[in-house]
Amino acid sequence: MTRPLWHWSCAAAMVLAVAFGAEAGEIPANERRSDYALMGPELRGMQEDDSANPGMLWVLDGEVLWRRKDGSTGRACADCHGEAAHSMRGVAARYPAFDQTLGRPIDLEGRINACRTKHQRAEPFTFESRELLSLAAYVARQSNGLPISADDDPATLPFVAAGRAIFEQRQGQLNLSCAQCHDDNWGQKLGGATIPQGTQPGTRFIGSSGKVSAHCSGGYVIVWSACARCHMPTAPRR
Amino acid sequence: MARTLINVPTTAKRGDVIEIKTLISHPMESGYRVGTNGTMIPRDIIRQFVCTYNGEDVFRAELSPAIAANPFISFFTVATESGTITFEWRGDNGFAASETAPITVE
Repeated sequence: MTRPLWHWSCAAAMVLAVAFGAEAGEIPANERRSDYALMGPELRGMQEDDSANPGMLWVLDGEVLWRRKDGSTGRACADCHGEAAHSMRGVAARYPAFDQTLGRPIDLEGRINACRTKHQRAEPFTFESRELLSLAAYVARQSNGLPISADDDPATLPFVAAGRAIFEQRQGQLNLSCAQCHDDNWGQKLGGATIPQGTQPGTRFIGSSGKVSAHCSGGYVIVWSACARCHMPTAPRR
Repeated sequence: MARTLINVPTTAKRGDVIEIKTLISHPMESGYRVGTNGTMIPRDIIRQFVCTYNGEDVFRAELSPAIAANPFISFFTVATESGTITFEWRGDNGFAASETAPITVE
């Protein structure tokens, strides 16, 4: 195993050395695009076919959870929100959004858990648990095809600025920032993979592990620790 | 019962080659990974997939630890007669799942 690893990291280092000479900065609004635009026809076909897209397994589980009564109030999501196809249309596209009671932005999973504890009086789901991913995927599914609209609440601006500082901060063993790949070199190849933009991967994203990632990372407010685990080895965990 | 997604055409002409797609929710734990506490995570995979068309085997597969979670199996068969297509998955720890899909052949 040593040799292929050495080979890869050496090749990657050479690519990076050449590629990161100049910094392009933030991607202009008219050049921003979904990862979907960078996919090959086979992957797009698989993603569009609901009987071949593994993400649908989570969506179907989420639909069951949407109707399941839970917590001490014995209410289901559907008891307050009704049919998700109507009430949740466009909701996932607006997250993360500022939450007045918490005084900070909250992502879709955070909103689901807040709703569980406050209105259903149920235990919050564990982050990244099957239940939370399923429910988030089901809610996000209702916004399929809608454009992501960033939260324009002025209260979120300090958080966006803080996220941007992390995004542009060089860190880890390779001394790279997120921006050096996802702002400056998107669309280029790193090994065999196309480097996507750092915007959110859309509502039907399936991670490379074959599991759904329901991260709602609009703009610069990103859930980055999962990315950093591989791409920024030895970076400090936040 | 594990969650499954099956795609079989509801109608077909006699002699048509039809594509069948199946997807099943399963972790396909290889048995070669180490858990957070340092012990090996025991193997938990689907070992066998069988598709029968009116009781006759049309496709059969043995799955191995290298196959990813939520195995997607797609294959072709010839539409011979109306009836039922049955899918069965069997695996470690007594895992068993089955689904059926009707097909009308004209």
